Amino acid sequence: MSSVTLRAAPALRDPAWAGRVFWMLAALALLAPMLWATEFKPWILFEPAGLRSTLRFVGEFFPPKLDAEFLQLIAYETWRTIAIATCGMVLALVLAIPLTLAATAVLSVSALPGRMHAGPFLLRQAVRWLLILLRSVPELVWALVFVRVVGLGPAAGVLAIALTYSGMLGKVYAEILESGETHPTTALLRNGSGRLQAFFYGLLPANTLELTSYTVYRWECAIRSSAVLGFVGAGGLGQQLITSLRMFNGAEVSTILLVFIALVWLADWVSAKLREVLA
Amino acid sequence: MSVDALPGRPGAPPPPSLLHARCAVCWVVLGIAVLVVASFASLDLQWSRFLSVDAMRRMGRFIAELLSPSVDPAFLKRLAVASAETLAMSALGTLLAVAAGLAIALPASRVYAGERALLRAPTRLLLNVLRSIPELAWAALLLIAAGLGPFAGTLALAFHTTGVLGRLFAEAIENAPPGPAVALRVQGVPEGRVFLYATLPAVLPQILSYSLYRWENNIRAAAVLGVVGAGGLGQMLAFHMGLFQMRETSSVLIAMIALVALVDLLSYVTRRVLAR
Repeated sequence: MSSVTLRAAPALRDPAWAGRVFWMLAALALLAPMLWATEFKPWILFEPAGLRSTLRFVGEFFPPKLDAEFLQLIAYETWRTIAIATCGMVLALVLAIPLTLAATAVLSVSALPGRMHAGPFLLRQAVRWLLILLRSVPELVWALVFVRVVGLGPAAGVLAIALTYSGMLGKVYAEILESGETHPTTALLRNGSGRLQAFFYGLLPANTLELTSYTVYRWECAIRSSAVLGFVGAGGLGQQLITSLRMFNGAEVSTILLVFIALVWLADWVSAKLREVLA
Repeated sequence: MSVDALPGRPGAPPPPSLLHARCAVCWVVLGIAVLVVASFASLDLQWSRFLSVDAMRRMGRFIAELLSPSVDPAFLKRLAVASAETLAMSALGTLLAVAAGLAIALPASRVYAGERALLRAPTRLLLNVLRSIPELAWAALLLIAAGLGPFAGTLALAFHTTGVLGRLFAEAIENAPPGPAVALRVQGVPEGRVFLYATLPAVLPQILSYSLYRWENNIRAAAVLGVVGAGGLGQMLAFHMGLFQMRETSSVLIAMIALVALVDLLSYVTRRVLAR
């Protein structure tokens, strides 16, 4: 009996022990150059001189600055943040809708009997590449570029959001339109309706909900990004935040951060409610 | 619908009043229209400034300058280093966030019905605050404590991502199938081991896929974080653009787009492979 327990005892040890140790060491070996590349030195956070100024700065966070004049300024900047996002979305839609119509393969007449013709195919691919290019440049980079071209101010932010979001909207719209039920659309096209007619009577009614819900979601994202676009001088809350940070004004920073958080929550809530109403 | 129920017939129900729920869509559309008009009216967009011939010419010259990237080997080497730095920032930031997110997700989830979970509300509030402040704002804040450079960027990514992942992890833990955990708990196994041997194995695939998804997002975010001085490609971009060195700026932009495109491609391929 005792010999059985003795033989059973080794099974309590982890059979995968060697493998685990190997992978842990391998992960550490991978991690080391990363720590070096990112200058990962947590101890500089606790150096006395730096720590003292950080603590002084954070100490000023409470109480937040709440005098009427400053609050008025912040309210104005908050509205500008929302306005930049909304104008950017409208311009993005103006750009994205025609591009979507051009990129959607379902609306191809030549593809009805079989393969799409070379000309329309190349056009659609070109539009797709344009959308991918617009989308892959982050809006902050567009904003940097436009601040150089049109000067500081909300115009740069609006244009940046318009360009990046037109790429995102166009690509996803085309995907939504092509993934849904396409039978009514092709039936219309086969019976001689125009492409626009087929779109308005076949494709659009079938996908309205999904399209609007995605648009509302993107508007929420646009508000979040317009809040940070100000960091490069494109107006709105971000610009105010960076100004207060440069002046080490903790009380102002904490007010702006609170407004930031409230704005993000508000956009989140409104967008969830809107999607609920529309569904 | 019977003929009598059609509107306009005697005996048909009256049309809904304007404040009725059926008119919700009309009100939403009206609200959006007002928002759009007010937005365009209140911003001093100065259309003339960027639709004028002068602005077009400046834009054209700008684009022409961007089309001749610098290919100086020494510069390309620095560019490669900055790209690697961007990747390292995103990977390390995500890794820190996975650890911190998991640590905060534990008190932020109610693991069995009737658990008091006193810490659930405060930790969820903390996660929401971490999540609501964008990476870029975190980076600008952390520059004060961590100084210029990639360390601040890494921490900024970690803070924001902790908020995002912590919430997702907490949801995953709460929604895990309760069977195995209950079986261990009724045997008197302590809570920590219940998590390690029952809940964690069940939610591990979700944790992994959320983390990979956030890593993908973070590579994109890390590329621009440097604009406020937090290292990586963004810092190079802001530096060269500030000095109007357009050839270098153009190379940095190309590297950035290539990095983002590469990540998109990899994620697309992975998804295709995993979906099969």
